[in-house]
Amino acid sequence: MGQLLAIEVIYRGVFQKTLAKNITRGIVLAAHNEGKLGISFGRYGDAPERNGIPAKSFAIVANDEQTLEAGMAQYEPKQVDLTVVLDDTLCKGTESWAWYGLQPVHRALKPGHTLIVISLDDAPALLKNIHRREAPYKLGIVKGVTSFSGMWVYKDDHTDVRILGAIAKALPALFSLESVEQFINEKLKNSLKVTSARTAFERFTTVDVRAGQGNPEDLFKFELPGWEKMRDAVSIKGQPQGGPYADPVTKEVGGFRPARNERFKKYSTRTQRPVVNFSTCTKCTLCWLDCPDGSFDVTPDGTYDANLESCCGCGICEEVCPVKDCVTMVNESEFHDNKSPWAEFRKDKDAYLKWLETTIEKAEPIEKRSHGFRYRGQYQEQVPEALAVARKG
Amino acid sequence: MATLTLPVEERKKTQEQEALITGAEAIAIACKLANVDVVTAYPIRPYDTVMQYISQLVADGEMDCEYIVAEGEHSQFEIVKHASICGARVFCGSSGVGWMYAMEALTVSPALRVPMVCMVGNRALDDPGAFGVEHNDALAVRDLGWLLTWVDSAQEALDTALIAYRVAEDRRIFVPLAISCDGAFLTHSQALVKIPAAEQVKKFLPRYDRGDLLLHPDNVISVAPQANEDWVMEIRRQNYKVTEVACDVIREVYADFERTFGRKYGNPFFEEYMTEDAEVVLLGMGTLSTPVKVAVRKLREEGKKVGFVRLRWFRPFAGPEIAKCLERFKAVGVIDRDFSFGSPDLSGVVATEVRSAMYSSSSTRPPVICFIGGLGGREVTVPDVETMTDVVFQAAKGKAQPLTQWIGLRG
Repeated sequence: MGQLLAIEVIYRGVFQKTLAKNITRGIVLAAHNEGKLGISFGRYGDAPERNGIPAKSFAIVANDEQTLEAGMAQYEPKQVDLTVVLDDTLCKGTESWAWYGLQPVHRALKPGHTLIVISLDDAPALLKNIHRREAPYKLGIVKGVTSFSGMWVYKDDHTDVRILGAIAKALPALFSLESVEQFINEKLKNSLKVTSARTAFERFTTVDVRAGQGNPEDLFKFELPGWEKMRDAVSIKGQPQGGPYADPVTKEVGGFRPARNERFKKYSTRTQRPVVNFSTCTKCTLCWLDCPDGSFDVTPDGTYDANLESCCGCGICEEVCPVKDCVTMVNESEFHDNKSPWAEFRKDKDAYLKWLETTIEKAEPIEKRSHGFRYRGQYQEQVPEALAVARKG
Repeated sequence: MATLTLPVEERKKTQEQEALITGAEAIAIACKLANVDVVTAYPIRPYDTVMQYISQLVADGEMDCEYIVAEGEHSQFEIVKHASICGARVFCGSSGVGWMYAMEALTVSPALRVPMVCMVGNRALDDPGAFGVEHNDALAVRDLGWLLTWVDSAQEALDTALIAYRVAEDRRIFVPLAISCDGAFLTHSQALVKIPAAEQVKKFLPRYDRGDLLLHPDNVISVAPQANEDWVMEIRRQNYKVTEVACDVIREVYADFERTFGRKYGNPFFEEYMTEDAEVVLLGMGTLSTPVKVAVRKLREEGKKVGFVRLRWFRPFAGPEIAKCLERFKAVGVIDRDFSFGSPDLSGVVATEVRSAMYSSSSTRPPVICFIGGLGGREVTVPDVETMTDVVFQAAKGKAQPLTQWIGLRG
């Protein structure tokens, strides 16, 4: 068998679906300039049309048809030569559809190979979220904001070619920078993009990640039952109702915590999470009423605590809350656990409020922070910022 | 004699009655006896006769059920699907393209384990706007997990409807079941039928118990969530399990039917007519049994040893038993009141299934000739049957015959 190379691109559906496709297409076409053959495909079962869901696209490249066929003979590559992550909040892991529990972002990466992440953060910050593993690997950061390039009206911000330039450096066996430039000139016909790819190539560096280095969290897992153990009639048992629970300090029992699906945790769907100021909460119930996933627990003292196993980070609670800064959505990469914020508040009120103050400072104003646009022209305003970041490298 | 003085209603409870009724009416009466909870209806010939009879029973106060006229067949079958999941014993039915219009509901019901009992008044699939009998309507669901049975008399229609509820509502089965009745010949012809006493039916047919699959506030479940390649194969395997045990359950239920009502059907899966010393047999489903039986008797008088096998259950297809039966003969002629365009040997559905069963379960494998006939409700005549029998005898003598032949076709 000849040389077979597989690359996976992990992205957020639906916002980055086109971007991911453009990258895997670019990989195949650039490699084709060197006489290689390849295919590019998305993982169909992810249902990547869903809002914010972690999803994957792949490119498989080989020197000859039979080797390529051997690579295509499986649903998706079990091992990849390079992984690209298009949104740094995905560093916390991926879980597409309650299939397999939480998977680390480098699950398929071969030992010693490179993980590329688009982020404004540095390696130590990302490694707080990327899970540790036994095999060492390399981590390379392409500086940039999470891009929706290629989706609907979003402008092309060159993220696709910057990634291709970085790949040429990280995995020279796949293609050279010249092949990437040839692809851009012939297919994309944009000389500025050639410059972007070359700059990304020149600036791209990696750090070595040692075995065992990274987020020590135990990954959430479950077994899928066999056909004889499954309930029949395509039916699943409803959740029990749930009930009151104890205040961690006073041990007073009260409130209401609904029981939730044990397998379907929404950790990796979330790009932002609500941070709640329990001391200014007026107990108006609006967040609890309007949450589409029923993610709020009613605490024994009558406030509302966003349960982070269930919250998908949509931000509706923040929008309906009538109190200033009582609910603030903050980028998910700021957090490293899914503990109950209310329990922390009860244990040490002052420390919590101090933490809250510094944390919500990091949040962008609500009108700038969304999965989509909040006002006309918002994206046009963001493009210069994104370009400035890209120029800085 | 004293019982004759009892009021009519009392007699219906405790004594068998006799009545001159159509096949459709027989099924309507079975629904009454089975104390069906929810009936949905939408008119199309020839099924609509049954909805007419049931509505009359309700109007006359003889039957108490929710009777819902839907706005189309799709809703008709969706309504009973949901009612059945909520624990109701349901009845439904359609014909021809009406049945096909319900196809989405028909396809999902087996996986949801819905024991709905339906009557298919077999009808040609339009266009042309024909309403005569053809079996392709019911056969369209043959691969989807439905149980399918064909009857050939009003008596058998009534009995089979009672049997159908017992089979479908058995916890090992819990899949939809269609009773096919040939349009006109069965649905619209009146015959003398013995109607069992209500109390006996009660003994034979226990309450429908959906157990922990019941959709009810006291048993909170979610039905039919989204699932992909991570679950679907296991779900299909569960339906496959139903087909593995279906023949055994059907045998049990027929035995109990015989014990309760005293009427014997023998082998539930097929009826054998004058086959004991037969050299060749014809095989078919539904009401073509009448001209075939008449022709068989006539041919017997001429010294031709021919018999007839009438298939009752098409799903499950009792393959090994059918093969064991048919391998006794030198040649077999299958009469298909259906078509399967482009199939192996361009034969009909039943012939293709019979050949397939013979291939795996018979060592002798006599020739199986397919006759396509009676389409669109055209009469299968006694001379047609004689012609077919001649062909089968030629095949038995080792003279090669075309594997598929059209009978009763204008040349």
